[in-house]
Amino acid sequence: MSEKKTAVSSPIDKQELMTWSRVTRRTFLCSTAAIMAFVGAAGRLRAATSMTEDQRAMASAAAQPVANYVAPVPMTLQVNGQQHEFLAEPRLTLLDALRETLHLTGTKKGCDRGQCGACTVLVDGRRINACLTLAIMHQGQNITSIEGLAQTSSATPTALNIAQQPVLHPLQAAFIEHDAFQCGYCTPGQLCSAVGAIQEMRDGMPSAVTQDVKATQTTFSDAEIRERMSGNICRCGAYPNIVAAVRTVLIKST
Amino acid sequence: MNSFSYQRAGDVASALQQIREPGAKFIGGGSNLLDLMKGGIERPVLLIDINQLPLSDITVRPDGGLRIGALARNSDVAAHPVVRGSYPLLTQALVSGASPQLRNMATVGGNLLQRTRCGYFYDTAFDACNKRAPGSGCAALDGQNRNHAIFGASPQCIAVNPSDMSVALNALDAVVNVEGPNGARSIAIADFHRLAGDTPERDTNLAPDELIVSVDLPRSRFSDHAHYLKVRDRASYAFALVSAATAFELDGGVVRDVRIVLGGVAHKPWRAHAAEAALRGQPLTADTRAEAGRMAMSGARPYAHNGFKVELTRRAVERSLALAGGVQ
Repeated sequence: MSEKKTAVSSPIDKQELMTWSRVTRRTFLCSTAAIMAFVGAAGRLRAATSMTEDQRAMASAAAQPVANYVAPVPMTLQVNGQQHEFLAEPRLTLLDALRETLHLTGTKKGCDRGQCGACTVLVDGRRINACLTLAIMHQGQNITSIEGLAQTSSATPTALNIAQQPVLHPLQAAFIEHDAFQCGYCTPGQLCSAVGAIQEMRDGMPSAVTQDVKATQTTFSDAEIRERMSGNICRCGAYPNIVAAVRTVLIKST
Repeated sequence: MNSFSYQRAGDVASALQQIREPGAKFIGGGSNLLDLMKGGIERPVLLIDINQLPLSDITVRPDGGLRIGALARNSDVAAHPVVRGSYPLLTQALVSGASPQLRNMATVGGNLLQRTRCGYFYDTAFDACNKRAPGSGCAALDGQNRNHAIFGASPQCIAVNPSDMSVALNALDAVVNVEGPNGARSIAIADFHRLAGDTPERDTNLAPDELIVSVDLPRSRFSDHAHYLKVRDRASYAFALVSAATAFELDGGVVRDVRIVLGGVAHKPWRAHAAEAALRGQPLTADTRAEAGRMAMSGARPYAHNGFKVELTRRAVERSLALAGGVQ
């Protein structure tokens, strides 16, 4: 997500503007949560001073971490062409690694159980649900998240315009053109999924609506697009426009 | 999800050593296991990642059969030219399951080991589930059992197997090759999954220290006439209410060998032997298809909310046979 610069009507200190422009919804929420946690902890501390010895002992025992901890291990992930090294517990999912460790928050957490498709990313060019796989299982593979779609669509740096804004992936442009989203939460997953779907259709992979699975060419029908995009749920119901956007790119690129 | 240690297996021999650690489990695609771990149903202390093992190949065997590596992804198996051409039933079953993303992750071995989607098994807020906690009872028996078994259930468990692929593999006479501490063995697919009986906690006859390495299909006899019909609550991305895999050889309009296997109706893929017997040696007509549908339902025993499955499955068999026979 790109940061939105605050519009100002009166002269303002340049330094102040730069500070404001760095405040994103995420950094704002994170700092607010930290303040609230501090306030909460201070409250508990005050309560603890009025406890009896027994109460304090019980509270302390309850606060002990369960024997449910495994030391972090080093991991290396290749995401959008960049290598990231970090320490994490083996149970870290690829989705949480992207969002919480690498702060690539474009990939969304919807159901976190493989049912909604919001977390769809591409691994070695294939779409998968990042919530149902472990980060540690994907070392050495090329992971593309929504943040990497625009870049990967431009083969050379010359495709970048003068403002250094990456050129949108054709599907991103088509989603805008066809108004293929409302709230936008499922959109990163829809886009990564659509990249995979178009590749799979070009490769002639069969689907549940393919009339003759022996035929090695896919019919580029709306029924095929819908079936192949069925792993991505859109609560706003932008489906007809999503199908239209995918259709446009599929037909253009063939 | 609970914490666990993680190891990578370099070869099958070391994987079989690593799995001896108490609380260890293999992880392939992870699409079912991690879901179960997030729900607190599975709590392994050690995961052994088998994705580096050389078990992804799909190869034609000298006898004309096909060997599918246990780590071959569902999407790759479905799209493989030999599978599409000679075993279209398997392709149809695979592409009817899950979503494209999940099929890109899920392995053949993992699909064979998919656990039931019974809501009482999946939700640990319910105490009674003999599959999850042996001896605790079966909440589905007198609970919401719309999605449950109509064949072969036991008073201990009325859950159904959720796999589409396994239904097709039963119709195709597949053999599951496994390796364990005592060497290799092969299990006929019909003997791989178990009925619930008194041990519903055991879905399959695979031992905890064994590893599925491949699935063999005999030379194809059903490439011309086969159909996997899946009926579900929505058009896509849902588990089967019921499904019917039918496959047969036609000789001058007469059915020679035939397989009719049902999904979503039992604790394992349910082979309808009586229906097969009724159709074998008969011409494929509307009447013989209808009779096969009726025979397929012999012994059906529905519960409070799944009586509709009896009629639905009967019609699914009839329709699947028609589609396999090229009747629209």
